[in-house]
Amino acid sequence: MLKIENLHARIEDKEILKGLNIQVNAGEVHAIMGPNGAGKSTLASVIAGKEEYEVTEGNIALNEKDISELAPEERAHEGVFLSFQYPVEIPGVTVTNFIKSSINETRKAKGLEEMPAKDLLKMIREKSELLEIDRKFLSRSLNEGFSGGEKKRNEIFQMAMMEPKLAILDETDSGLDIDALRIVANGVNKLKSNDNAVIVITHYQRLLEYIVPDFVHVLYDGKIVKSGSKELALELEEKGYDWIKEELKA
Amino acid sequence: MELKEKLASSFLAFENKVDIDTTSKVHDIRTEAFGAFESKGFPTKKDEEWKYTSLNAVLKHDYNVFPKAIPTLAYEQVKKFLLNETDCYNLIFIDGVFSSFLSETTHDGLDVCVMSAALEKPKYKMVIDAYFNQLANKKNSLSDLNTAFSNEGAYIQIPKNTVVPKPIQIVNFSTGTEKELLIQPRNLVIVGENAHVQIVERHQSLTENNTLTNSVTEIFVKTRGIVDVYKMQNDRASASLIDSTFVSQERDSVASVHTFSFGGNLTRNNLEFYQEGTHCVSHLNGISILNEKQHVDNHTLVKHKAPNCESHEMYKGIYDDRATGVFNGKVIVEQAAQKINAFQQNNNIIVGDKASVNTKPQLEIFADDVKCSHGCTIGQLDESALFYMQQRGIPKKEAKALLMYAFSNDALKDVKIPELKAQLNKIIAHKLDVKIGFDL
Repeated sequence: MLKIENLHARIEDKEILKGLNIQVNAGEVHAIMGPNGAGKSTLASVIAGKEEYEVTEGNIALNEKDISELAPEERAHEGVFLSFQYPVEIPGVTVTNFIKSSINETRKAKGLEEMPAKDLLKMIREKSELLEIDRKFLSRSLNEGFSGGEKKRNEIFQMAMMEPKLAILDETDSGLDIDALRIVANGVNKLKSNDNAVIVITHYQRLLEYIVPDFVHVLYDGKIVKSGSKELALELEEKGYDWIKEELKA
Repeated sequence: MELKEKLASSFLAFENKVDIDTTSKVHDIRTEAFGAFESKGFPTKKDEEWKYTSLNAVLKHDYNVFPKAIPTLAYEQVKKFLLNETDCYNLIFIDGVFSSFLSETTHDGLDVCVMSAALEKPKYKMVIDAYFNQLANKKNSLSDLNTAFSNEGAYIQIPKNTVVPKPIQIVNFSTGTEKELLIQPRNLVIVGENAHVQIVERHQSLTENNTLTNSVTEIFVKTRGIVDVYKMQNDRASASLIDSTFVSQERDSVASVHTFSFGGNLTRNNLEFYQEGTHCVSHLNGISILNEKQHVDNHTLVKHKAPNCESHEMYKGIYDDRATGVFNGKVIVEQAAQKINAFQQNNNIIVGDKASVNTKPQLEIFADDVKCSHGCTIGQLDESALFYMQQRGIPKKEAKALLMYAFSNDALKDVKIPELKAQLNKIIAHKLDVKIGFDL
């Protein structure tokens, strides 16, 4: 599904990713953990194609196709979805209108007709139920005045609508109370299949109790320095990151 | 012949033709106003208030003041420029002349009729004497010019405790029978105590011939009165508009003026609010979406004269191609106006490389216990919002358009007439090339 090799990326003059490798296969859930400033959110932004970041070396392949030169929307059309740590507020565009634009622009890029309004409505109804989203919520301006939890739930709702191949959840658990966390995790689990993959970026083990990863990676100083099974997350929760830093020095 | 000289001879003709009753107060007002115009002349860029708007190109045309033949227009021809699903009182003028055929007036419990009748008929004399030109007098040379030739327009008087059940629509069409025409509508609106009215105003040219409209509206809002005014400015490139609107508010009244500028060659809006009583609320909202060589100048004044009042001013603009905009927002807080809250915001997005906007807040505060805030932004679109939208599959070009649509659509939230809101929405989407309009 996703294969990243020797990825170097920088913003302005600061190198943040320094030779990162990761491979994610279809049907898998990977967790990426690491201390602040390790490059976790940068990795998410670089995969999604944010223009401020310059890829200086290495490549990013999605289903064996190099996507590192594609525009963000083209990557989205290829099936990359990034759930933002801080979703942007867009006053004046309703959730529904936004989703309609997303879906139809993606269909257009694939040479498909616009989705009939009836089908779109049906899909919206199904997916909003999955995430326990009130219909009134859908006619509000996108993210405007939403609570932290509502924003994150709305991200996963959009993910459900877009049906991506690769979903990257960037600190989706931050700002969520335990009920919202459960709803969001439940949504992600229901959307998981053998044809898609999920990367969960998080500071805490908490989310991983609900979205159980097949692999856990530690990102430190721009590189994946340790990989393991879900038990690694528990170990990190208990011992912090210092022991990994010590291991690296040794 | 210079336009100013031509107007002097036209004024003589006007006195012989229209302004016949030389004993009336209105005659004196017109004569004095023409004198004031003659001594000041048209404003030039040397005037501080006209620094960024030049009338030179607009004034070099050979405008006629008296159109010779007034065509009739069929409803079907003009339907698209009107609210037609909404039941309205209609005051429709063609080349400055009232069209009774297209209009719906009333004298039943309220007056929605024409200015020419109000200026002539004895039964309106007291009202005219009390209100006519009380706000517009010597405010600027163009409003004086309008006063000098004042004859036709809307006359609206709402008695106390009357909620007008449907909006009043004032539309001025110009048809191009004259190659170059100057129209000077003059409107007077009196909103009685505890009365409520909605007014939609529009100037629409139907021709490529040049039209200059120099419009003046005086609005008096009595105690606890409510008035909502919507100005739709979506005219052709052959039409220019100078609109001066003066609003006087008594205590506990609420007055809102929304200005929607989407088209026209040159548009100058002079909008002035005078808060005479306590606990008044004034809303001034504007959205300009301009392209090509369009120019819109919004000059506003809010004069806080009494304590415990509020004013909220929100102007937005999007400028593409070589379009230019001006926002000049003056707020004066007199010494007596303690505990007022004056808010002013002007946000602009520049899209075209050659587009520009000049924005200038002016606050003069003579009271010490007040809250006044102002802010202005001139910028490009928010990059993080663009990335967010692109990430969701929306290409950059469409994302930009959608963001601009969102930016302007936000200004429509206080529009209380659904059909008007839908029309505005459609115009905005069209101007920004956005296909949208899907809600649950």
